[in-house]
Amino acid sequence: MIPSAFEYHRPADVASAVKLLAELGDDARVLAGGHSLIPMMKLRMAELEHLVDLQAVAELKAISVEDGTVSLGAMVTQHDLIDSEELFRAAPILRETALQIADPQVRYMGTIGGNVANGDPGNDMPGLMQCLGATYVLEGPEGRREVAARDFYEAAYMTDRADDEILVQVRFAATTGGYAYEKQKRKIGDYATAAAAVLIEAEGGTVTRASIAMTNVSDTPVWSEAAADALTGTTCDDAALQAAVDAMLADIDPQEDNRGPIEFKRHLAGVILQRAIARAFQRA
Amino acid sequence: MKDFDDREERVGKLKGLGCARKRVEDARFTQGKGNYVDDVKLPGMLFGDFVRSPYAHARIKSIDATAALELPGVIAVLTAEDLKPLNLHWMPTLAGDKQMVLADGKVLFQGQEVAFVVAEDRYIAADAIELVEVDYEDLPVIVDPFEALTTDVVLREDLDTSEPGAHGPRKHHNHIFLWEEGDKTATEQAIESSEVVAEEMVYYHRTHPCPLETCGCVASMDKVNGKLTLWGTFQAPHVVRTVASLLSGIAEHDIRVISPDIGGGFGNKVGVYPGYVCAIVASIVTGKPVKWIEDRMDNLMATAFARDYWMKGRISATKEGKITGLHCHVTADHGAFDACADPTKFPAGFFHICTGSYDIPVAYVGVDGVYTNKAPGGVAYRCSFRVTEAAYFIERMIEVLAIELNMDAAELRRINFIRADQFPYHSALGWEYDSGDYHTAWDKALAAVDYEGLRKEQAERVEAFKRGETRTLLGIGLTHFTEIVGAGPVKNCDILGMGMFDSCEIRIHPTGSATARLGTISQGQGHATTFGQILASEIGISSDNITIEEGDTDTAPYGLGTYGSRSTPVAGAAAAMAGRKIRAKAQMIAAYLLEVHDGDLEWDIDRFVVKGAPDRFKTMTEIAYAAYNQAIPGLEPGLEAVSYYDPPNMTYPFGAYICVMEIDVDTGEHKIRQFYALDDCGTRINPMVIEGQVHGGLTEALAIAMGQEIAYDDLGNCKTGTLMDFFLPTAVETPHYTTDHTETPSPHHPIGAKGVGESPNVGGVPAFSNAVHDAFRAFGLRQSHMPHDHWRVWKIAHDLGLHG
Ligand SMILES: Cc1cc2nc3c(=O)[nH]c(=O)nc-3n(C[C@H](O)[C@H](O)[C@H](O)COP(=O)(O)OP(=O)(O)OC[C@H]3O[C@@H](n4cnc5c(N)ncnc54)[C@H](O)[C@@H]3O)c2cc1C
Repeated sequence: MIPSAFEYHRPADVASAVKLLAELGDDARVLAGGHSLIPMMKLRMAELEHLVDLQAVAELKAISVEDGTVSLGAMVTQHDLIDSEELFRAAPILRETALQIADPQVRYMGTIGGNVANGDPGNDMPGLMQCLGATYVLEGPEGRREVAARDFYEAAYMTDRADDEILVQVRFAATTGGYAYEKQKRKIGDYATAAAAVLIEAEGGTVTRASIAMTNVSDTPVWSEAAADALTGTTCDDAALQAAVDAMLADIDPQEDNRGPIEFKRHLAGVILQRAIARAFQRA
Repeated sequence: MKDFDDREERVGKLKGLGCARKRVEDARFTQGKGNYVDDVKLPGMLFGDFVRSPYAHARIKSIDATAALELPGVIAVLTAEDLKPLNLHWMPTLAGDKQMVLADGKVLFQGQEVAFVVAEDRYIAADAIELVEVDYEDLPVIVDPFEALTTDVVLREDLDTSEPGAHGPRKHHNHIFLWEEGDKTATEQAIESSEVVAEEMVYYHRTHPCPLETCGCVASMDKVNGKLTLWGTFQAPHVVRTVASLLSGIAEHDIRVISPDIGGGFGNKVGVYPGYVCAIVASIVTGKPVKWIEDRMDNLMATAFARDYWMKGRISATKEGKITGLHCHVTADHGAFDACADPTKFPAGFFHICTGSYDIPVAYVGVDGVYTNKAPGGVAYRCSFRVTEAAYFIERMIEVLAIELNMDAAELRRINFIRADQFPYHSALGWEYDSGDYHTAWDKALAAVDYEGLRKEQAERVEAFKRGETRTLLGIGLTHFTEIVGAGPVKNCDILGMGMFDSCEIRIHPTGSATARLGTISQGQGHATTFGQILASEIGISSDNITIEEGDTDTAPYGLGTYGSRSTPVAGAAAAMAGRKIRAKAQMIAAYLLEVHDGDLEWDIDRFVVKGAPDRFKTMTEIAYAAYNQAIPGLEPGLEAVSYYDPPNMTYPFGAYICVMEIDVDTGEHKIRQFYALDDCGTRINPMVIEGQVHGGLTEALAIAMGQEIAYDDLGNCKTGTLMDFFLPTAVETPHYTTDHTETPSPHHPIGAKGVGESPNVGGVPAFSNAVHDAFRAFGLRQSHMPHDHWRVWKIAHDLGLHG
């Protein structure tokens, strides 16, 4: 439970951080809240020579809602997401999701940037960001580029981000309509056995638009266009719910672990998704 | 009237028996000012850490420590080869077996200690253990105890199967013992000739006490005066001193063992671990103090587990439900070494309390102990020795029998309870229950929860479920448990030959305050609070003026320590008896001072009063002063007493617990709607401390029943070595508990107290588990093994066809 020795760097701005990463190469890693990285280091599953801490980079802590666009600096904490009334008005699903992550101690430290950059299939924010259709802004030695959350995740801990890039911002359109983040976990502080993020817009009881993603049911988050399509144009009746679940089940690939065997996880994914859809539709 | 007022006030000041006095320990704990073993820091102290085996069963071909020794700050790397000349590469276990201190030629479980690295600090030690190269050749792994008894794979090559073990002949090279109690033939006959028989395999899974503070020690060998001081997380410091002396050859008076504040023990800190031996050896070799502290994974994977009992039961009854016989065979998975912490003559602890609260005419128990490639242990995790297994077994068998009889499980219990007029009751398996009134407790419990109403609601819920109107079921978990605590009579209970008495020494100071020392050691039980109260009532000095000290073998009288709810039954009794010796001498002093015969005095709260002359008295404060400043003819000066108490019998606390649980059939999640716990622990010393103990124990029971386990895969990899996977409930998962009590004093204990710390674990586990089972009873469930985590509960529903 003691990590191997490392050098600690604390740059004051993004440019210096990027420069450090470029100089130090493979042996360096960005440190945000540390609540995924440090446990891995303590278990010596990650042995790193350099940590580049972003805590002193003030520009990464900004939250803004302008012209219907929500922008979150990478170092905005999960607690900040819960705390901000402005964010709650713009996209209430953020608070609902963040409240289901770990416990207050973890949320005071853990950041949105770390959560989405980490690439752990158990992290809740990546699925939510896919549901929201978010864009990630990455900065590297060659400057900035943008990538869609839906294109970012390749496999467990494998993302589109290059080693010398820093994820600086997460951006998405404010939401309207109904929302739900439904998560089952074994206890406080546990990752999801299965979780679902659902956004639904409806008019006169009919779904006009939907977006659906799930967490920890594959080695990446699963955004299912087919599941959303199954709801669009329906009144979210039992048949539509079932069609959405069937579509999602075709896209997921859960693995057995201490949370249970595959058969259970597939069944549970369907139950959780149905409940999330029902709640989001009710709120639409 | 004035007199009466004065007495109330004096009783209030005394803060004695029955007072909800605040815990005196909490002032330091709540301020973070406790003093735990890891707070011990000595000049020049070194730090030791283990290289542990990644394999569950492998031969060690070589160990190369060259690279580790080259790391600056590394002092030494010890292996079994280094310990051999001292004959310390193996050590005896409390169960009559022996255990490797460091892997001697092979490893037998994942996490086993292979080499001990000693370095200048713990960071260097952590780096160095990565540099020790061990070459393993893996061997077939046996994790299933049933397979262990048939396989050709030999786990313990050091043992000769033709030689008997510590508890008799061994049937197979992986067999440890067969231990039997009761009349087998008569039991089989009774069962075979009965009208109704229920049979079931009940598994109580492997789990772990997981105290918040892990195990550790600091060993400091002073080469100048030849004295060894050992600080550690020891639930039995005197026994550790004796063992350390026997193993090391250092004279016992040259060893001082100190248990400082302990952050929970729950049985995990009773045994002797390789870390202690290695730290002592390292201190002797280096001449410097050496600290060893486990991390969480070390603790969960390598130090003593609990339970792992496969209990095959048969219970028989008349058509009306009167039980006629009970038969039980246990396959007990002890892991790689038999390191159970039980009294020597009881390799299955007090499992034969498994007839429970019921008047069962004939019974038999047979326990086969088995070696597997898992961590050793088998400790009493907040229960007296194997009592929680026994209680779970009988309370499940009662439920299964109720199903077989198509009878209400509360009623089945009622008609089989031992009646109040049958005490002292001799059980078919040889125990003498001291006192009890089960019917009264049971009726009070059923009334408190409106049992009839609950059953009605449950039946309606089942109908609604069948109509498709709800997806949650209601379970009513019943338990009536009988504990057996306070080990124990020296005539049949010992640990490594030490009789299980306990002790108290009291010194009354001239100004009327007192210091008392006991052979036990609190790990959160609040001894400094409650023992002070016992003494206050005996010696008439306010508990606020009595300091309780434990845990330092240089000052405390010899005792067997704290586990098995034995502190109040044994050391608490010693305190009362020592207090009575003080009072007897105080009476003689008072008689001298008042110039009367001692027989003319009577005790009144905090003073001796001349009978019939209430104005003539001497308070304990006055008497204490006189004991030191006057020459009293025929009496030695001073006011001190010592008592070594050998209990005549165990005590038998009991209780009635009811858990009402909602279960989501589709997700396997549960919600505990109500938990009612009635405890009868005899005389109640401090109701607030009792309530705290019950809350804590119930929460551990919740953990065990609903998710906590030590699980292995087929290769013997421990799958639950961190708190992410090992369930430790937080306030969020913990339900509200309603506590209640009846009070049936023990007839043989000086103050009638029985012990309570472990009751809630013993009774809680079956209450939670029975609630899960009961929810599905209407759909045909008989038995489903714990832990009842989401997927396993989901699986029950799935297998019963409830998912459509
Ligand atoms: C007990 C516990 C329970 C938890 N439960 C949950 C849960 O239920 N759901 C959940 O979603 N999370 C959970 N977490 C994880 C927590 O939310 C983490 O805080 C989060 O995953 C990572 O954020 P961080 O800021 O701590 O990142 P860090 O741990 O500092 O970093 C994580 C990884 O991302 C990289 N990284 C961080 N920031 C950036 C950046 N700006 N650009 C590029 N790379 C970056 C790091 O180099 C590292 O590889 C839990 C954590 C704990 C300790």
